[in-house]
Amino acid sequence: MDLEAIYIIWLRDLKINWRDRGNLIGALVRSVLWLVVLGLGLRAGFRSVGGVTFSQYIFPGIIGMTILFAAVQSAISIVWEREFGFLRELLIAPIPRTSITIGKTLSGATWATLQGTVVLALAPVVGVSLTVTQVLLTLLLMLLISVTLTGIGIIIASRIVTFQGFGVIVNVILMPMFFLSTAIFPLPWLPDWLKAIIMANPLTYAVDLLRLVTIGLYDFPLMLDLGLTIGLCIILTTAATFLFVKEI
Amino acid sequence: MKSIISVDKLTKKFSGLNAVDEISFDVKEGEFFGFVGPNGAGKTTTINMLCTLIRPTAGTANVAGYDVASQSSKVRENIGLVFQDTTLDDRLTAWENLEFHSVVYHVPARERKQRIDHVFDLVELSNHKNDVISTFSGGMKRRLEVARGLLHSPRVLFLDEPTIGLDPQTRRRIWDYLARLRSETNMTIFLTTHYLDEAEPCDRVGIIDHGKLIVIDTPNALKSRVGADVIHLSTTDDEKMKNLLETKYDVTVKDVKGELAFEKENAEEFLIRVVEDFKPYLTSIGVRRPTLDDVFLKLTGREIRDEDVPPKHSMSSIASRVKGGR
Ligand SMILES: Nc1ncnc2c1ncn2[C@@H]1O[C@H](COP(=O)(O)OP(=O)(O)OP(=O)(O)O)[C@@H](O)[C@H]1O
Ligand SMILES: [Mg+2]
Repeated sequence: MDLEAIYIIWLRDLKINWRDRGNLIGALVRSVLWLVVLGLGLRAGFRSVGGVTFSQYIFPGIIGMTILFAAVQSAISIVWEREFGFLRELLIAPIPRTSITIGKTLSGATWATLQGTVVLALAPVVGVSLTVTQVLLTLLLMLLISVTLTGIGIIIASRIVTFQGFGVIVNVILMPMFFLSTAIFPLPWLPDWLKAIIMANPLTYAVDLLRLVTIGLYDFPLMLDLGLTIGLCIILTTAATFLFVKEI
Repeated sequence: MKSIISVDKLTKKFSGLNAVDEISFDVKEGEFFGFVGPNGAGKTTTINMLCTLIRPTAGTANVAGYDVASQSSKVRENIGLVFQDTTLDDRLTAWENLEFHSVVYHVPARERKQRIDHVFDLVELSNHKNDVISTFSGGMKRRLEVARGLLHSPRVLFLDEPTIGLDPQTRRRIWDYLARLRSETNMTIFLTTHYLDEAEPCDRVGIIDHGKLIVIDTPNALKSRVGADVIHLSTTDDEKMKNLLETKYDVTVKDVKGELAFEKENAEEFLIRVVEDFKPYLTSIGVRRPTLDDVFLKLTGREIRDEDVPPKHSMSSIASRVKGGR
């Protein structure tokens, strides 16, 4: 463990993410559009669940989507670093490989949580009012979920060779993960076969936790949500570390 | 002086191809060592093993007192590396790249700024500190990489083809930095190149071809294996001079392309004597020394930049490139 190395790796990633302003603005606009357009557009067809509007219902789901994309995008930059050589500078440095994974995991998680926080700040716009405790709990949850999702990103990055792959990743992994969770569609609306898929999607339980904390609705028992989310976080982070240590 | 790099029967196999084949050599502390060979000879593979980037298939190597296989972290702390392809972070500024490096190489926080400024000065990039790397030219990137390699004051600096693809001025500058560095510190420099003329200033040169170390010696010793220096002169009366030279110095003088020429050891010193003895008859005089290109030609039977690899090698190396290619 090399704390200063972890810090500088974390800082570098955040600098790079921050400087890619186009990407950042694009991501935030996407989240806002989903929230506002989808929320307003489908409002009429929404049979109220637990006495909330559709915008309110999807609010935690949109937070989930935002951190999903941000975390994976941040981690996937490893592919870029490999392609342009910088990864070698990192791998050859006299620091433990685990410091590299930790730095990268923390930067992805920080970045995703920051973007999630921007969406969280839109709570008043969709009429969700939050107490300080709720805000703090949501932040904590976002951080936990982002760590897991960054782990997924690192695993993907260790599998794909060229950066062109990212578009494919978005379509094949991220979009289905988003749609096939309870982010937008309330579980009771859905046929059984779809429910089965949704229940196999780890994002479902993360969104369920976010929904519980922000608007008080949930589909699964708290202990199941928490257990799965924390368990997955540990498993994926370990797997990501292991794969990264094997690089080169 | 003690050895800072010692390599014993080091071997690397890539799916059947012996990229590096049982090479053994030593490099002394403070030495300027050149590793020369044509494309695909195994130079990068050797450097990669010495730098702990890849594991040897067989044999051992010790760098700065540590074993490359079992003490890789220690080796890494003590070496600086300039790779054949750039490993800078395109999206950070020059300063940020060096700062990053100084942290992961554990340069003490107090010394960082001063050291970074120092290496910027050395490679004359102080005016571009805050520019993002993506705006740098190839030559600027290479200079910055040399600077970065020096930042943590490594005991050995490895440079893999540091001047490849650069224009003559930039090549010159890189060589000047290295010369300055050598005059100021006792750093060992290990470099690879396939420009033989670049290896001239090295203390010793190893020639590698098809993974085998063919020879290792000082540039002068290598050249004297090919033949002695040649003094060539044009005179007012070739016939008369030929006889005079032969009787006086006991040499065989040949008449080549309207010039007289004879072989002589330490020709540069001997030149003075010839001039003193025969000044009135001379219209021009010079020394031609064998080059390292002549050495390579003699030892391998082909020019170093001969693209015509013998057929048996070309097939196998193409096959291995396809298989091993990333
Ligand atoms: N990862 C790899 N997998 C398979 N073969 C490889 C690999 N790396 C190198 N080789 C092969 O090993 C041989 C030596 O390659 P190496 O890169 O060490 O040569 P080099 O002397 O550095 O050449 P150059 O001057 O072109 O850089 C080549 O035949 C090359 O095709
Ligand atoms: Mg090479």
